[in-house]
Amino acid sequence: MADLTTDFVGIKSPNPFWLASAPPTDKEYNVRRAFEAGWGGVVWKTLGEEGPPVVNVNGPRYGAIWGAERRLLGLNNIELITDRPLEVNLREIKAVKRDYPDRAVVVSLMVPCEEEAWKKILPLVEETGADGVELNFGCPHGMSERGMGSAVGQVPEYIEMVTRWVKQYSRMPCIVKLTPNITDIRKPAAAAHAGGADAVSLINTINSITGVDLDIFAPEPTIDGKGAHGGYCGPAVKPIALNMVAEIARSPEMRGLPISGIGGVTTWKDAAEFMALGAGNVQVCTAAMTYGFKIVQEMISGLSQFMDEKGLTSTSELVGRAVPNLSDWQHLNLNYITKAQIDQDLCISCGRCFAACEDTSHQAIAMSDDRVFTVKDEECVACNLCVNVCPVEDCITMVEMQPGQTDPRTGLTVQKDYANWTTHPNNPGAVKAAE
Amino acid sequence: MDPKMLSEGIVAGRRSAGQLAEAFDDLHPPLTEHEALVAADRCYFCHDAPCTVACPTDIDIPLFIRQIATGTPEAAARTILSQNILGGMCARVCPTETLCEEVCVRETAEGKPVLIGQLQRFATDTLMAADVHPFSRAASTGKRIAVVGAGPAGLACAHRLAMKGHDVVLYDARSKAGGLNEYGIAAYKSVDGFAQAEVDWLLKIGGITLENGKALGRELALEALRSEFDAVFLGVGLGGVNSLGVTGDEKDGVRDAVDFIADLRQATDLTALPVGRDVVVIGGGMTAVDAAVQAKLLGALNVTIVYRRGKDRMGASAFEQDLAASRGVRIITNAQPVAVHGNGSVREVEFAFTDDALTPTGQTFRLPADQLFRAIGQTLNGDGLPELDGRKIAITGAGRTSVAGVWAGGDCAAGGDDLTVTAVAEGRDAAEDIHAQLMK
Repeated sequence: MADLTTDFVGIKSPNPFWLASAPPTDKEYNVRRAFEAGWGGVVWKTLGEEGPPVVNVNGPRYGAIWGAERRLLGLNNIELITDRPLEVNLREIKAVKRDYPDRAVVVSLMVPCEEEAWKKILPLVEETGADGVELNFGCPHGMSERGMGSAVGQVPEYIEMVTRWVKQYSRMPCIVKLTPNITDIRKPAAAAHAGGADAVSLINTINSITGVDLDIFAPEPTIDGKGAHGGYCGPAVKPIALNMVAEIARSPEMRGLPISGIGGVTTWKDAAEFMALGAGNVQVCTAAMTYGFKIVQEMISGLSQFMDEKGLTSTSELVGRAVPNLSDWQHLNLNYITKAQIDQDLCISCGRCFAACEDTSHQAIAMSDDRVFTVKDEECVACNLCVNVCPVEDCITMVEMQPGQTDPRTGLTVQKDYANWTTHPNNPGAVKAAE
Repeated sequence: MDPKMLSEGIVAGRRSAGQLAEAFDDLHPPLTEHEALVAADRCYFCHDAPCTVACPTDIDIPLFIRQIATGTPEAAARTILSQNILGGMCARVCPTETLCEEVCVRETAEGKPVLIGQLQRFATDTLMAADVHPFSRAASTGKRIAVVGAGPAGLACAHRLAMKGHDVVLYDARSKAGGLNEYGIAAYKSVDGFAQAEVDWLLKIGGITLENGKALGRELALEALRSEFDAVFLGVGLGGVNSLGVTGDEKDGVRDAVDFIADLRQATDLTALPVGRDVVVIGGGMTAVDAAVQAKLLGALNVTIVYRRGKDRMGASAFEQDLAASRGVRIITNAQPVAVHGNGSVREVEFAFTDDALTPTGQTFRLPADQLFRAIGQTLNGDGLPELDGRKIAITGAGRTSVAGVWAGGDCAAGGDDLTVTAVAEGRDAAEDIHAQLMK
């Protein structure tokens, strides 16, 4: 069995599955149960300043969107940071860490953008024996209106400044949690890096409105007839998160900066994808909130089986393995030519591929009177839409053409050499090969 | 109609080899990968799932289904087999309609449960096809344990003991291991020699020596076993069959349903296996249905199950009753046999209708029969056994008998539902208890 033990910025955990800072990690009761269920670590729900705790709304805090069979795909929340007294949280963190020394306990923090505030809270956290801190520069609702959370995360200068304070006043590893509500994720990540962060974690939630109540014309979730935007998470945000993780992972300026991957991790496969794109571990919230703590068992068994099958003995061999294959469009091989192929034994003749291709793409699928669907190679541009809309896995596949064959669509011979847009004759800025 | 269907008496070759092959094919063909993914997708991953609660072996059903859904059926198989080493057979023979699937929340919601049994088969078949045995033995304990009976209880017990590092001698009276999995269930539930394949796979754990042809009370004596081994587990099943207790019970053509089923399971050529034209099966349990349906599939013209109580009291599940009906078996309830008529061989069976208190109503009827199967329950055979509770071995806790160092489980032990899955649970739990006792 593969070794799932993970060392993330010096914080060791028996597996790379941490619960993200969120309602599941708001108190000792939950965290103990999570550890019993097998989670490798937690990021404790964000602590604020000493004093009267924040208050939450007393109407719905969550909204959702669903797929077929009411499968929860996206969750939106307007809950704030912990609404329990600071001293209670600190006491509980200390107790939990004492009883689970092999698990990671990281504490999420959000205090005002003032040096004194950070200087004051850090020793209190350090005293609990927690393994590190995560700076919540991502929460996009409520706290951001008060100049915290994503209001900080959207200003790289603030990120760098606060990160410096944290590194100055604490010996604990510092993870900076980034907001996706920006245009270029590399800017805040670089600021964290410059400020001395040990790692970044991303993504926090995305500004969102999950729906509108069409009877009262109010955004959802609705509080007494009004709604405010919330933070969106769950399986639906995974592609956005993967891209942002990858952008940082492949950036030369931030090479080697550890990343904790967050955003829609629901199965072992999601976790493996984040890790392959450079995440040293993953943080999970919505999946646990949807299915309970027990889902970590599937993540553990699945990742372990996958690593065994790939001959990977430790998670560090998986981390970043896909990063070298992340490229820019201009460098993709234009001589790589594939054609869709429909497996007639698997085809159930629903005709979705035909509708998609005929109506919206390249009219490259033929339909016979008796509902047999075949690909017209002379029209197929290999866009993959038919594969994506087919309800049967592996029924439609893309088959690579071999060098020397003639592409019936272009009439050109398939070349074996790699060639991309930078040298393509249609590119006005093409670089000419030396003569 | 083929004239052979009309031939009187107990004759072979009523149907062609081709017809028989089709008739005895897999009752539930295995799910394809696509079907398995669609079925797995329907699971809600319930908390404290009712299906798991209903499973006698406590398999974590939501977890294994999620593992199938996420493309790791091998991990799913481990989840199943860690609780139930005969998970492959149980996936085929469990009356899921009265266990896990009955309580599935999607049965409640839509009347269509998640196909738990078939998904379990998909997972276990995947692992076994890869010829992987996912467990290994702990360091040797030096302890030796005799397991008597290589049926589901004995196999489960032996495997768990071997895993714990004990050495096991597994005895069985018959020439093959497997017990009722090999000799007792309908052929269409265990096709392609699955029972033996599963035994072979199970024994790959190592540390289990199988000795066939050795029966308690024949080659083996409990006292001798107790002195030779550190512990003894009895999983001997029920060797005897209840008699009808009516006139004519001994006539030719009257036999035990379990013997008919065993003959059928061991037959290499079903065209050579004789069956009556008019077959009557007396009883209301799974064995009655297995015998009746298989008699029909073999080519019997008329097959009737007669049960003395009402339909709702039948031991066979509603699914099994419907299966029998769909294969053309007639089920008569509230009737008990009065006499078996015939000159040497059975010719007719006379029944009296009964009310729910089993009091005859005074009305009788006769069914023509050239073959009559008794399926009214089995009994425990043997002397020198531990104390009995009623007609089975009395047990306390995890299979402890009245005799120190002797455990029992499966059909021979009191309690339980006489199901394969219950036997597996009892064998497994007894093994854990034996281990705890021996390692004190």
